[in-house]
Amino acid sequence: MATIPLASAEAGAERARLGMWLFLATEAMFFGPLFFGYVHSRLADSAAFASGSHHMHFWLGTINTAVLLTSSFTMAISVHGKERIRGTLGLTFVLGAAFLLIKGYEYGSEIPEVLAAKGAEQVFYLLYFAMTGLHAIHLLIGLGLVAWLFLSAHGRRAGTPVEIVGLYWHFVDAVWLFLYPMFYLLERYSA
Amino acid sequence: MLYAAAITTFFFVGGAAATLIRLELATPASDLVSAETYNKLFTIHGVIMVWFFLIPSIPAVLGNFLVPLMVGAKDMAFPRLNLASWYLYVLGGIFTVATLLAGGVDTGWTFYTPYSTMFSNGAVLLAVCGVFVVGFSSILTGLNIIVTVHRLRAPGLTWFRLPLFVWANYATSLILLLATPVLAMTLVLVALERFFYVGVFDPSRGGDPLLFQHLFWFYSHPAVYIMVLPAMGVASEIIPCFARRPVFGYRFMAYAILAIASIGFLVWGHHMFVSGQSLYAGLVFSLLSFLVAIPSAIKVFNWTATLYKGSITFSAPMLYALGFVGLFTIGGMTGLFLASIALDVHLTDTYFVIAHFHYIMVGGSVMCYLGGIHFWWPKISGRMYPEGWGRAGALLIFFGFNLTFFPQYLLGWLGMPRRYHEYPPELQLLNVFSSAGAVVLALGYLLPLGYLGWSLFFGRKAPDNPWGATGLEWQTASPPPKHNFRDIPEVHAGPYGYDPAR
Amino acid sequence: MNATTPLWALPAASDTASRVDALFLVVLAVTGAVTLAIFAVMAVFAIRYRRGSPAQRASPPTQSRVVELTWTFTPLAVFLCFFAWAALVYGSFYRADPAAMTIYVVGKQWMWKAQHANGRREIDELHLPAGQPVRLVLSSEDVIHSFFVPAFRIKQDAVPGRYTAISFTPTRPGVYRLHCAEYCGTDHANMGGRVYVMQPAAFAQWLEQGPSGASLAAQGFELFRRLGCSGCHDARSSVHAPELDGVYGRTVHLADGRTIVADEPYLRDSILLPKKDVVAGFEPIMPSFQGQVSEADLSALISFLKSLQPGGPSGK
Repeated sequence: MATIPLASAEAGAERARLGMWLFLATEAMFFGPLFFGYVHSRLADSAAFASGSHHMHFWLGTINTAVLLTSSFTMAISVHGKERIRGTLGLTFVLGAAFLLIKGYEYGSEIPEVLAAKGAEQVFYLLYFAMTGLHAIHLLIGLGLVAWLFLSAHGRRAGTPVEIVGLYWHFVDAVWLFLYPMFYLLERYSA
Repeated sequence: MLYAAAITTFFFVGGAAATLIRLELATPASDLVSAETYNKLFTIHGVIMVWFFLIPSIPAVLGNFLVPLMVGAKDMAFPRLNLASWYLYVLGGIFTVATLLAGGVDTGWTFYTPYSTMFSNGAVLLAVCGVFVVGFSSILTGLNIIVTVHRLRAPGLTWFRLPLFVWANYATSLILLLATPVLAMTLVLVALERFFYVGVFDPSRGGDPLLFQHLFWFYSHPAVYIMVLPAMGVASEIIPCFARRPVFGYRFMAYAILAIASIGFLVWGHHMFVSGQSLYAGLVFSLLSFLVAIPSAIKVFNWTATLYKGSITFSAPMLYALGFVGLFTIGGMTGLFLASIALDVHLTDTYFVIAHFHYIMVGGSVMCYLGGIHFWWPKISGRMYPEGWGRAGALLIFFGFNLTFFPQYLLGWLGMPRRYHEYPPELQLLNVFSSAGAVVLALGYLLPLGYLGWSLFFGRKAPDNPWGATGLEWQTASPPPKHNFRDIPEVHAGPYGYDPAR
Repeated sequence: MNATTPLWALPAASDTASRVDALFLVVLAVTGAVTLAIFAVMAVFAIRYRRGSPAQRASPPTQSRVVELTWTFTPLAVFLCFFAWAALVYGSFYRADPAAMTIYVVGKQWMWKAQHANGRREIDELHLPAGQPVRLVLSSEDVIHSFFVPAFRIKQDAVPGRYTAISFTPTRPGVYRLHCAEYCGTDHANMGGRVYVMQPAAFAQWLEQGPSGASLAAQGFELFRRLGCSGCHDARSSVHAPELDGVYGRTVHLADGRTIVADEPYLRDSILLPKKDVVAGFEPIMPSFQGQVSEADLSALISFLKSLQPGGPSGK
């Protein structure tokens, strides 16, 4: 009978990494019905979706895409950095927060249009709010995690917690990369 | 253990609802309860039994305890996550109890739109919240089991040396992880639609109710395998132990588990043969449904072959396991009727379907849950249960079960639709049989509650390995110490090293 | 159902019923035989190899690829036969005889309403002539219902917002149960009634009784004028709108390049969601009639459109 040092740091990191990937698989499936609902509803009434897309704030969406991609970049630097990653973590936080502020402004300005919507355009808006809203909630959780890293000892040097949060952060960004063309660019290729 | 207590409670709440349903159905007219009450009863019965009993029963109660023992680990990979999932379970349960207090809900456990979103007056939002929260409890349990199996196996314990119970829980966890979130989001959409009167499921607002059915069954069909795969795992442990010989065709058994889990994701449309989905979709789902039956058939054949040249004792766990094989065979065979798409048109939404899935879920999952509880009771509690009572309980449950549900096959063929509180008077005789069986069954379930509770305090102290079984869990003390093993064991051979000659 | 019906026999009152029954009996015989065989083998093993019995137990087999593959592929072959047969029968439910009589059935909490071609309506009852192919076109005004006649072995959901259809030929005169099989709310169990299969002559007589009114197509024509459809779709109209003579069953080319056969679901969508499938060469200017026409009005309108066949009886 041999005693195996299961509690070693590397074993713990392996476990955490696998756990996070599995969690992200769950997250992907969690978004699944929304994506499927989008495809289904758009096939049923593509005209309504195109006209709904005309009301989106194209430039705000584009700026937000850039903001979020940059935050992924700073996050990646934090994960791969050795020491003194507080700066890039802080920047990640600021960019994430900026995204949410822009998104919030956008939501506010869209309310009158939403109330005027009819028929399948309502479905478009419901999916828009549900999907971007769910994404925003995820980003908010991400902000909390980054803030925790920043304030705790993990912010001083890269390690497993930073890596795990990084995985999550990139996942949330990747979701946005699907949402952006689905809602903002739709009018541009459905003429 | 916290799980065991909470789940037992919900089992008896759900069981009480079932008993009331059967009592109402003893006569063709509506006399015991009103139509509304009846509809709320079958809804709460479904919601509780599916999400608060069947799905968590074996993975959460037995799996959380046994998987680390069986792989030779000190604990689950994430012990705190495990506790969190229990709290979520209780929170979900509180929502469900709140639903009951708020007057109940009458949508059926399937929450079909647009009835659930636009027409029902019940506490749909509360019920949906309960199921949503308990879903996350399942996901965390699944995640924990997968990481444990991947990362915490003892030295020498290769994949094909894992006990089949671990394989079954592993496959179940994959389904939990990939299917449950789909249900969760679908229920969010139902809640949004109900709340904002805008929706993707309501035809009068540009939506499509069939979309809901697709999403719902994408989860809820795999959920059937969440319920029955762990049961198969339990049977695969008990039968070799009491036949004193290795399980026949170990590798095929493991592959069959994986095949069921993966094909199970592709058959959801067989719940929708008469829903108005396209003819061709129906045909594809029918073919796939036949395919998923094959690994189940292989398993039944292999369990039977495991008895060959064995040395069989008929202890209570073995009675449960053999009862399971029999009932599962009947349930599976009647599943073929439903996969035959033209027969399904007549049989779907009748009592034939009710009987079919109760044979799988009650005859399958509940029999094995009880069998597993008896088999591992010495390990869990450190006490022996009274064997005579155990056998009597197993036989009583088997008898009561068949009396309750076999007549329902006939009722279904004769065209009695499900979810009816009143029915044509010529069907009364069969309904009376079924209701009488339900009373026997209810007594049967109270029996183990009584003697197991008794043995917890007054039972004979259990030795470490009362059955002479070979699994790693039997190589430690009963009950196991805090970190399961004094030393992490090393494994040199596959499971089930039994020899019938000894 | 007849009070004299014996408990075990469900009447088979349609062509679909006899086809389903044949399949059922074969599946029952095969699965029943296999189930009994499994139980018998289990019982023999359980007795022969009980602990302490003198049976020979040397070297029990633990695996055998040949055995495993045999009991993998034998069931597969049997299952494929079941599948193919069942698929053929299923297909026949949805293949309408060209001479089939179309009846519109609308589900509504908690009743079934039927409209015959000559305008006769009934509630929770359905009268049908024996020997005449029938096609039911189903829809719902509120939630999902399911039209279930056990004696015909047919069941079809009525889904709000779309048409579903099922075809069969009643064969045996009699009175049969009609149920709603999809849970639809409080009085779900009481949503049902009777189906009367009658001799053709008696049916013709029944059809002429009752309040004499305009045929379904004529009611449709009336609506066609009243809702202003004729303002655009008339040949003499100045508005450029598709010609509707002979539209039913025609292959239509759509603006986005697809082609579609103008069946009932298409006509329904064109009235309620005109922007969904715009005909090639026309502007999407038609207003939606969603919320303005009831299910009963829709069936009348579509009956009218179907009657506009070249040479067919026209409602005009």
